[in-house]
Amino acid sequence: MSVAATLSDLEKGLIDQYQRGLPLVSRPYAAMAETLGATEDAVIQALVNLQKNGVLSRLGAVVTPHRAGWSTLAAVSAPKDRVAEVAAVINDFPTVNHNYERDHHYNIWFVVAGSDKASVFETLRAIEGRTGLKVLDLPMEEAFHIDLGFKVTWS
Amino acid sequence: MILDDTDRQIVRATQEGLPLDPQPYHRVAEALNLDPADVMTRVRRMLDGGAIRRIGVIPNHYALGYTFNGMTVWDVDDARVSELGAKVGALDFVSHCYHRPRHLPLWRYNLFAMVHGRSKDAVERQVERIAELLGDEAHDHRILYSTRILKKTGLRIKETG
Repeated sequence: MSVAATLSDLEKGLIDQYQRGLPLVSRPYAAMAETLGATEDAVIQALVNLQKNGVLSRLGAVVTPHRAGWSTLAAVSAPKDRVAEVAAVINDFPTVNHNYERDHHYNIWFVVAGSDKASVFETLRAIEGRTGLKVLDLPMEEAFHIDLGFKVTWS
Repeated sequence: MILDDTDRQIVRATQEGLPLDPQPYHRVAEALNLDPADVMTRVRRMLDGGAIRRIGVIPNHYALGYTFNGMTVWDVDDARVSELGAKVGALDFVSHCYHRPRHLPLWRYNLFAMVHGRSKDAVERQVERIAELLGDEAHDHRILYSTRILKKTGLRIKETG
């Protein structure tokens, strides 16, 4: 049972309507409250609740890739009995911000982000050095989707 | 657009999480020793200039029950990847869609599309729709389901990509 079923209409409304376009005014939660037919306090409380139950990863800015730095999607193929050890080595780098195990020959997929291309490349070389595994470097060449957030179906 | 150090500080402060305080931009301004109006003007400029894609609620798919996360990867002609990527990226259930390089012979897939579902079936139905859309243009594809989150933190600008 996911927490989705326990959310209030206000909490769902925040997720449906405010994954983008948070009002850029001095009291954004009051402006949102007006749109959603609630009070400023209720909106803030709803956001606090969403944060507490883990539904809200964060409330903030999504930056456009490659505008203020460089990032890449990278993958390694780790033997099954080395996944934990290899993941620990990779996660040890503060510039690694996502890392997923996936069911494929390439079974560890992670994002490395840095101030520039050279520093990201250096991290990948360091990971190869410390794991002895070849890293696939798959930087974005073109982005296609219009990022409006994630459409949640509640039913 | 060029971001200066102040812009970068603001982005870092706002993407780590806007304070849940009635005047969040004022709190950010205080923390950075800036004028609140200046903070909001700079954020507006970065939004308009495209450096910030959006500001808002960033939900955790897993917590909402979308526990099946499929990275679908497709092998399409390089000459047509932009045109085909635009079609796939326009599907409302695709959360991210990118052209990435091949690494032959190790990696043949050049188009990536992320899909999410509450069940494996739901993901597979979405993948079928992408497959129908691409038709013969897709020479091969795979779905790489995530089996474990090994690390997940918000993107920070000093590390931004």
